[in-house]
Amino acid sequence: MRLGTLHLDRGGQIFLLLLALTTLLVPVLNLAVPADSPLHVSTFTVTLLGKYLTYALLAIAVDLVWGYLGILSLGHGAFFALGGYAMGMYLMRQIGDRGVYGNPELPDFMVFLNWQELPWFWQGFDIFWFAALMVMLVPGVLAFVFGWLAFRSRVTGVYLSIITQALTYALMLAFFRNEMGFGGNNGLTDFKDLLGFDLQSDATRVGLFIASALAVVGGYLACRYIVTSKLGRVTVAIRDAESRTRFIGYRVERFKLWVFTFSAVLAGIAGALYVPQVGIINPGEFSPINSIEIVVWVAIGGRATLYGAVLGALLVNYGKTYLTGVMPDAWLFALGGLFVLVTLLLPQGIAGLLRRKEATA
Amino acid sequence: MKTLDTLRTTMRRDQVWEIMVPKTGLELDISHGTILYLEDISVTFDGFRAINHLNLYIDAGELRCIIGPNGAGKTTMMDIITGKTRPDTGTAWFGQSIDLLRLSEPEIASLGIGRKFQKPTVFEHHSVMENLELAMAADKRVWPTLLARLTPEQHERIDGVLETIGLQEHRARRAGALSHGQKQWLEIGMLLMQDPHLLLVDEPVAGMTHQEMDRTAELLKSLAGRHTVVVVEHDMDFVRSIANKVTVLHQGSVLAEGTMDEVQNDPRVIEVYLGGGDGH
Ligand SMILES: Nc1ncnc2c1ncn2[C@@H]1O[C@H](COP(=O)(O)OP(=O)(O)OP(=O)(O)O)[C@@H](O)[C@H]1O
Ligand SMILES: [Mg+2]
Repeated sequence: MRLGTLHLDRGGQIFLLLLALTTLLVPVLNLAVPADSPLHVSTFTVTLLGKYLTYALLAIAVDLVWGYLGILSLGHGAFFALGGYAMGMYLMRQIGDRGVYGNPELPDFMVFLNWQELPWFWQGFDIFWFAALMVMLVPGVLAFVFGWLAFRSRVTGVYLSIITQALTYALMLAFFRNEMGFGGNNGLTDFKDLLGFDLQSDATRVGLFIASALAVVGGYLACRYIVTSKLGRVTVAIRDAESRTRFIGYRVERFKLWVFTFSAVLAGIAGALYVPQVGIINPGEFSPINSIEIVVWVAIGGRATLYGAVLGALLVNYGKTYLTGVMPDAWLFALGGLFVLVTLLLPQGIAGLLRRKEATA
Repeated sequence: MKTLDTLRTTMRRDQVWEIMVPKTGLELDISHGTILYLEDISVTFDGFRAINHLNLYIDAGELRCIIGPNGAGKTTMMDIITGKTRPDTGTAWFGQSIDLLRLSEPEIASLGIGRKFQKPTVFEHHSVMENLELAMAADKRVWPTLLARLTPEQHERIDGVLETIGLQEHRARRAGALSHGQKQWLEIGMLLMQDPHLLLVDEPVAGMTHQEMDRTAELLKSLAGRHTVVVVEHDMDFVRSIANKVTVLHQGSVLAEGTMDEVQNDPRVIEVYLGGGDGH
C-alpha cells in the first residue's frame, strides 16, 4: 500500500491507534481478568462493542458514497441486511438436527411450513466459504444492477435517494413473506455455532469482536486508499460538478457504479459480522428508518472524513443504548433533535469541529 | 400497415443500414489546412431558428474571434461543435475525415476539441494542481484511474501548463479560493492539459479587470499556432487586441468576416451591431 494513504490523516491515525488499543485491551480484560475485578469487561459489553464496530463499518461504507461521491443513499441498510441474511443462512444450516423439530436437512421454519426439501437458493449455504462469498456477492450484485439502471438513466439527487429508500422498503416487504423462504417476520435465529465455535462462549464472542475490529480497519484503509487515489479525486469532482467531470472525459456512470458497488459489499460484510453477535436477523433490518439512521450517524460524525463516520456511528449508538435504557420512547426524538442541531450548528459534523480546532491551534 | 411501412423503410434498397456504414476515420486530417468545416447548419428551438444556414471554416492554427449581439447563436454554435446540441440540418467536419455529428460529447472531447464555458467551472474543492491532473489526457477508465500515479513527465507537463497560465505560485491553493480571472485561466489550463487541437473559448474576459484582460490576451495569443483557438467575446477592445480575423454572427448566420477594421467598417455590421450601441 502506498505511503499516502494515511499521510495527512491525523483523525484517521488517532482513530486507528485507539481502535488498536481497544482491540488489544478488551479481550485481555474480558478473558484474563477475573469477573469480580472492577477492571473486568463483561462479555455483554464485548458483544455490544463488536456490534458498534459493525455499525462503524456500515457508516464508513455510507460515507464513501455520500461524502466522496455525493450519492445520498437511503438504502444501505438493505445491503447490510442482505449480508446479514447470507451469514444467517450459514448459521441456520450449522444448527443441523439440533433444532426444535430435529430435522437434519431443513431449518425449523421450513418444517413448520411443511416444506419437503431445501429450496435451491439455500443450497451451498452449509459451506462457510460459499456463504462468505455470498455475503459480498449478493449485496454487490444488487448494488451493481440497481446502480447500472439508476446511474445510466442519470437519476441523481433526491430522486436517487428516494428510490434507494424504495429499494430497502420493497425488500423488507418481500422478506416478511413466509413463502420467500427466509423465515418470514421471525427471520433467522437460534444460531448455535460458527465454524464449529460455540456462539455463546466468551472466546467466540471475543473472536467476533476482534474480527469486527479488523474489518473496520480493513474497510477504513481500503476506503482511504480509494479516496486518496486519483479515483477519489474524480469522485469528489463528480460530487461537486458532475457534468463538468463528464465533459473532461470521465464516464461518470461507471465511476458511480463501481464505488457504489464496493460500498454495498462493505455494508454486506458489516451485516455478516453483525448477525452472529446479535444472534438474529429479521426483515426489520430492511426497514427504511434504519437506512436513514446510518446517514444521521455520518452527518453527526462529519461527512467526507471516514473517521468521522466511525465516530458518529459509535457515539450515536452508545447514546441509543443508553437512552433506550432510561427513556425508551425518547430515542427517535433525541436522534431527530441531534440531527437538526448538528446540521444547523455543525454542518461538518464533529470531525469538522476537531479539524477547525486543529487549524486554529 | 405501419409495420409494413417500417419494414419498407428499413429495407430500402437505395440505402445502406446505418450500422453497416463504417465509422469515419478518427485520425484528425488537416492536410488541406482547414480544421473545422461547418456547412449549412440550422437549429430550431421551439420554432425559433437560433442558427440559420450557417457556414464557417476555421484554418488550422489560427486565432479566430467571433462576435455578435446577444442571442446571435454563438454559444449554440459551440454546442453543435462539441456535440451538446444536434443540428436539424447541415454538416460539421473536424478536419477532412471526422464527422462530428456522428460522435458523442465525450468522444468529441477525446478527439481534441476542448471547450471553455461562459461560466467558469473549476473543481472548487480541489487544488489548482489537482484540477489540472484531473483534466490531463490519460486513460480515464475506472481501474487505471484508481492505480494512476503521476509520472515525472506528467509532473513536467503540469508544471508547463501552470507556467503558461501563470499560476505556478498558486498550485497548492484550493481552486475555490482563486479570483475570478485566475479561475478562468485555470480553466484554460485544464483545456490545455487535454492537448486539444481546437480550443473553443466562450467569453473569457467577462468580469475581468483590465490587467487580467491583458494577460488573457497574451495567453490566448501564445496558444495560437500550436493550437487552433476560437474565441467568442463581446469586449471590442479585447477582440481588437488579439484578432487577425473576425467573424460577425447575426441571427444565426455569418454577417461579415475579415480583419477587425474591415468588419467595423462594414455598413451591415454597423447597422445591426456596432450601430446598435451594443459594442461598447
Ligand atoms: N436549449 C435552448 N432552448 C431554447 N432556446 C435556446 C436554447 N439555447 C439557446 N436558445 C436560444 O437561441 C438563441 C441563441 O442563443 P446563444 O446562447 O447561442 O446566443 P449567444 O450568441 O451565445 O448570446 P450571448 O452573447 O448572450 O451569450 C437565443 O435566443 C437563445 O434564447
Ligand atoms: Mg453565449
